[in-house]
Amino acid sequence: MSKLLTVSPSPHIYGKDTTPNLMYGVIIALIPAILASILYFGWGAVIVISVAVISSVLFEFLIQRFLLQKKTTIQDGSAIITGLLLSLCLPSNFPVWLIILGSLFAIGVGKLSFGGLGNNPFNPALVGRVFLFISFPAKMTSWPEAQGFQTQYIDASTGATPLNIIKEGLGKGDSISHLMDKIPTYQQLFFGNMGGSIGEVAAVALILGLAYLLLRKIITWHIPVSIILTVVIFTGILWLVNPAHNADPLFHILSGGILLGAIFMATDYVTSPMTTKGMILYGICIGILTVVIRRFGSYPEGVQFAILIMNGFVPLINYYIKPKRFGEEVKNG
Amino acid sequence: MSRNQALTTYKKGGIHPAEYKLTDKSPVQILPLPEKVTILLSQHIGVPAIPVVSKGDTVKVGQLIAQGIGFVSANIHSSVSGKVVKIDSLPDLTGYKKPAIVIEVEGDDWEENIIQSTDLLKDITLSKDEILEKIRESGIVGLGGAAFPSHVKLILPRDKNAEALIINGVECEPYLTSDHRLMLEYGEEMMVGIRLLMKVLNVRKTMIGIENNKADAVYHLKDIASKFPGIEVYPLKVKYPQGSEKQLIEALTDREVPSRKLPVDVGVIVHNVSTAYAVYEAVQKNKPLINRIVTVSGKSLKKPSNFVVRIGTSVRFLIEAAGGLPENTGKVISGGLMMGKALNSLDVPVIKGMSGILVLSEDETKRKPIETCIRCSKCVTVCPMGLEPYLLMSLTQNGNFYRLEKEMVLDCLECGSCSYICPANRPLLDYIRLGKTDVNKIIRERKYV
Repeated sequence: MSKLLTVSPSPHIYGKDTTPNLMYGVIIALIPAILASILYFGWGAVIVISVAVISSVLFEFLIQRFLLQKKTTIQDGSAIITGLLLSLCLPSNFPVWLIILGSLFAIGVGKLSFGGLGNNPFNPALVGRVFLFISFPAKMTSWPEAQGFQTQYIDASTGATPLNIIKEGLGKGDSISHLMDKIPTYQQLFFGNMGGSIGEVAAVALILGLAYLLLRKIITWHIPVSIILTVVIFTGILWLVNPAHNADPLFHILSGGILLGAIFMATDYVTSPMTTKGMILYGICIGILTVVIRRFGSYPEGVQFAILIMNGFVPLINYYIKPKRFGEEVKNG
Repeated sequence: MSRNQALTTYKKGGIHPAEYKLTDKSPVQILPLPEKVTILLSQHIGVPAIPVVSKGDTVKVGQLIAQGIGFVSANIHSSVSGKVVKIDSLPDLTGYKKPAIVIEVEGDDWEENIIQSTDLLKDITLSKDEILEKIRESGIVGLGGAAFPSHVKLILPRDKNAEALIINGVECEPYLTSDHRLMLEYGEEMMVGIRLLMKVLNVRKTMIGIENNKADAVYHLKDIASKFPGIEVYPLKVKYPQGSEKQLIEALTDREVPSRKLPVDVGVIVHNVSTAYAVYEAVQKNKPLINRIVTVSGKSLKKPSNFVVRIGTSVRFLIEAAGGLPENTGKVISGGLMMGKALNSLDVPVIKGMSGILVLSEDETKRKPIETCIRCSKCVTVCPMGLEPYLLMSLTQNGNFYRLEKEMVLDCLECGSCSYICPANRPLLDYIRLGKTDVNKIIRERKYV
């Protein structure tokens, strides 16, 4: 009898992408932002990031191993990303026990209660972030200023974020031109010299991450570009109509969490649409919601709410927005 | 001309698997005659041919041994001379038993009217109908893999008109080089074959599409195309599955063949380069389709080669000629890595549509464990038909056939790009095939209600 051969349907060759190496690719893309946060906030950033990552991974392990009693999936890297993204939108003086609580909520409620990676409708890091924001608003709105590498943790000097300055100033009836003097210059905004969460401040680091994600084909341009363009167009219109009461588009893009959200959070595979047309629609809606919340809502920042709201619409987008099928329209040469 | 620079291709989806063209520099060798051949009676799409010889008959090379019946069918000829020893059901490539004729080889005695010399016969003397009749008699089928009877494709519906002929020299599958070698070594014969096809179809324009990883073939054919009016060569960007009919038509003409329509609906007819060569041999040399070029390749194989093989030769004989089956073999494939069929036995015969035999080691054979879908949307991005493989798979798993049909599951080419790209190793195409089968069954039943 001759050797037995394996018989299986085609294809007989597979690509090299695996879930873990896509996830670790995202982690690599976050390295510039992590380095920038350490550069600007010092030990505070190191503590916040490491506590969030370690507790996220640990909670994923403990819950899967002992509560759900199934195979653990911590090696795929997705819990590390959740921890990183959660920490990057926290202030550098955030109490450790709250970080641990936030990670537990992100992993336990945001991710594993729905069945783990691939089944969660909402971005787990944002779920954790919004949970902390709503439960502990005071702690989540005192933003240490980026003052170079610092060694103190809890008692860092705090101040308002540029978005806060604008929001409160406009509320009091100040004009934009007057307020713009109080906020950092565009150059400072670009390199991250301002108050804010540890990961959102350095635009340049986030853009480097975006370039890596695009080059490695981990994500496509559709979501980040449509969010950013929408914000630019929408704030641009407001600015042109009434420059005295509206900040210009460049300020909006460089301040707050738009870049972090557009590049790393809205593009989360699990919670974003499956078709390119759907991705663009999703991006446009996030952009509009962000500006609506920033300009007309009661919070200075809106991108995380905008993403979470649109996460909820993703199944609907996937149901109605179909790719253009081959041969759908008859072209005539 | 640097690779892939400013070259045309189709627009939607596609992948670029490793090419592994190990045999693209190996000239075609003529394989010695085997001791016996097993000629299957259903090597084509359509009705199996009916035997016209009986056990004990002596046959010559090129003699008709089974006749195609009905419109979509093809004649089958003896590829060797010798004695018919068995007419029975024998395992075909899928392992199912199908009618076949077994001939024991004695000498190499050809039918008298076949011209065996290798001189190029360039002059076309026959009329349109005579050429078509010769193609039909010679049992020519599409040699790219689908094996659809060629004469059927050449008879256009009354209300349809072809503006151009497209010749498929894409060969986008990894490893395979049979078409590549044919274009290099039998380019002029192929060009005459194309002229014959043009006469039958009454078209003035032919486009030969070749992927640019075969730049030597592009140059060579461009060179000789100047002697054949109306034939032009187009290098294409390397992208799988460009060899698929619909994708090739779009790459060359920017026209998309609508769902469930035929190429002629956008004014073109597509034939493979090997088919064009077979047409040349049939019409100019009276030689029916009794042999073809088969690439035998694989990383662990001692002598990967391109062979001219008589139809009916066993796969085992081919692998022996390429250095024997390596110790660590896990899988043997008929066709390409992306769309080929895995064989369960080496004793199956070569058929007309077999372009390659690939030998994979055990390491290359294993599938990785299936993980949860992370909804990365890569399957949607690579699907050349604009379908959503992840959705088709879950609809099949849930038995939602009504929606499967609405999501156009039947448009799937089964090119395998989705399964190839999936980072979670999900067997997307396996499930989509099941879904297609079920939807087809439901559509058939609907007709009878």
